[in-house]
Amino acid sequence: MSLDVASIRADFPILSREVRGMPLVYLDSGATSQKPSVVLDAERHFYETSNAAVHRGAHALAEEATDAYESARSIIAGFIGASPNEIVFTKNATEAINLVAYAFSNASAKYRHGHDVDSRFVLGPGDNIVVTEMEHHANLIPWQELCAKTGAELKWFGITQEGRLDLETDPIDHNTKLVAVVHQSNILGTINPIQELMRRAHENGALGLVDMCQSVPHMPIDIHATGADFAMWSGHKMLGPTGIGILWGKHELLNSMPPFLTGGSMIEMVTMDHTTYAAAPARFEAGVPMVAQAVGLAAAVQYLETIGMENVERHEQALTEYLLQSLRDLPGVNIIGPDSTLDRGSAVSFTVDGIHPHDVGHIMDSQGVAVRVGHHCAWPVCRRFDIPATTRISPYLYNDFADIDAAVNSIVKAQEFFGVVPEVAG
Amino acid sequence: MSEDLYQEIILDHYKNPRGVAAIDYPLADSHQVNPTCGDEVTVWVGQDTEGRLQIAYQGQGCSISQASSSVMSELLVGKTPEEAAKIQTAFLELMQSKGLLDPDEEVLEDAVAFAGVSRYPARIKCALISWMALADAQIKSGLTSDSASLGRKE
Ligand SMILES: Cc1ncc(COP(=O)(O)O)c(C=O)c1O
Repeated sequence: MSLDVASIRADFPILSREVRGMPLVYLDSGATSQKPSVVLDAERHFYETSNAAVHRGAHALAEEATDAYESARSIIAGFIGASPNEIVFTKNATEAINLVAYAFSNASAKYRHGHDVDSRFVLGPGDNIVVTEMEHHANLIPWQELCAKTGAELKWFGITQEGRLDLETDPIDHNTKLVAVVHQSNILGTINPIQELMRRAHENGALGLVDMCQSVPHMPIDIHATGADFAMWSGHKMLGPTGIGILWGKHELLNSMPPFLTGGSMIEMVTMDHTTYAAAPARFEAGVPMVAQAVGLAAAVQYLETIGMENVERHEQALTEYLLQSLRDLPGVNIIGPDSTLDRGSAVSFTVDGIHPHDVGHIMDSQGVAVRVGHHCAWPVCRRFDIPATTRISPYLYNDFADIDAAVNSIVKAQEFFGVVPEVAG
Repeated sequence: MSEDLYQEIILDHYKNPRGVAAIDYPLADSHQVNPTCGDEVTVWVGQDTEGRLQIAYQGQGCSISQASSSVMSELLVGKTPEEAAKIQTAFLELMQSKGLLDPDEEVLEDAVAFAGVSRYPARIKCALISWMALADAQIKSGLTSDSASLGRKE
C-alpha cells in the first residue's frame, strides 16, 4: 500500500464513528468526501480571526479576509497549473456548468436584440452541442435547456457495452459550438480520452468543456495539457467544504462572456440605465462570496498536495484493482463499467442478481458500509444498460483493503439474506 | 440484521406477490416514479357491480416497494371506497410515524409489517409509491371518498 492509510484516517474525525453498532466503512466518496481536521480548523480559524466581507470596506479585517480569499484562489489555481484569474468560485460544479450555459443563453438573447457579443457564444437553429450518454445530469440538463431556448440541437456520443465512449459514431461537425464531456464518469468509472475529444472540438471550431468532478479529486491534473477551454469541479468531493465549486476557464474566454448572476461586486461602473462589468473572475462572483469555504478548500488542496496526487492516484488504482477482482470472484455480481483499471477510476458500480440495488445498499448499511444506490444522477446510463439502478462503491485516499473486504462481505450477506446465493458450478 | 425492516411478511409478499396485473374495465390509472432510485409503478382502478374497489398494478423496484404493492392490493380489493379510505389513511399515518406509532392490526392486517420502514426516511417513499399511485388513480376516476385523497400529500 503506497499510502500510510492509518495515519491519514487519523486526520478524519468522522471515520472513527460507528453506525448501526458497526464501525463506519465509508465508501461513498463519489457523492461527497469526508473532511480532515485541517479543513475544519482552517474555516474555524478564519471565522475566529479574520471574518469580514471581502473586496469591501477599508478596515483591517476586510483586508485580511480579502487576502485569505485571494490566496485561496491562488492555491487552488496552482493545484491544476492555472493562473488565479482563470479561477471562478461558484456554489458547486452544477452552478459552474450553468454559468457557462447561461453565457451562451445570454449572449444569444442579447445578439437577437442587436447587442455586441462574442459570436462563439451565440447559438441558434442549425448549431449543435455535443455531450455523451454518460453525463451526470449536471452536465446534461443545462444543455437540454439551452437547446430548447436557442433552437440548437443536442447530440451525443453513445456508450459501448464495456462502458466506454463509442468514438466511432462521432456527432461532432462544423456546426458544433460546444463539446461538453465528463472526464471520469461518476457511475461507470470510465476515464474518457479528453485530449482527443478536445482536439476534435477545436478542429471543428467548437469550444470544449470538461466536467472534472470525479477527476480533480483523484488524479494529478495539468489543466492546460487537457486541451479544455472550461472545466469545473466541486470542493466537497476533494476533502473541502460544501458550498464551493470551481469554474476554470481560459481568461480570454471568461472575459468574452456575459455575466450569469448580476448584482454587487461584479461591476465596473453603474448608472441608472447602464452597467459595465468587471473583468473575470470578479464578473462571475456577484454578491458576498463564500470566503470561509474558499479558505477551507485551499486547506484541502494543501493537504492533498502534501500527500501527493500521484500517490492518491496510485493508491486508488490498487484499491480499484482489488475491488474489481473481489467483485469478479463473487457469483451473481455484475460490474457495470470497465472491468479493468485501464482508463478507469475508483467508482465501481455493480448489480446483484435477484436483489434490487436499494436492498443491497440497505443490507450493506446494516453492516456499517456506506455506499450509494440509485441512478447516480446519470439515468440515461441505467437506461443504456437496461437496469433500474446500481449500487456503487467509491473509495478514496482514506480507504484500505480491509474496507473493500468489509464491503464485499456485506454483499455476500445480502445474497444470503435474500436467499439468492448462486450455486457455483463444479 | 435489518429484521426491523425486512419482516417475514414483507419478504413473502416480495417473493410471492398477490393481486393482478390487469383488470377488465379500468376507470383510471396512475404511473408514479421515484426519481431518486428509478422505481416505477402503474396502478389501475375499477369498480365491480357492487361498487367495490378493483385494483391492478405493475412495477419494478426494491423489495419494499414491490411488497407494498402486493399488500395494498390484498388489503383493498373488494372494499367499499369508505372502507378503503380508512385503511389508506391508517397506512399513510403509519409511514409518517417515524416508528413511534403502534399500528392497528385490525385495520392494517399484513401492512403492519411496514411499521419498521417508517424509521428509514430513504425507504418510506418505496413503501408509499404504489399507495400514491392508487390515490391518484382514485381521484382521476372519481371513485374517491374525500379522505382517500389524503394519500396525495407528499
Ligand atoms: C461527474 C459529476 N458531475 C457533476 C456533479 C455535480 O456536482 P455538485 O452536485 O457538487 O454540483 C457530480 C456530483 O455528483 C459528478 O459526479
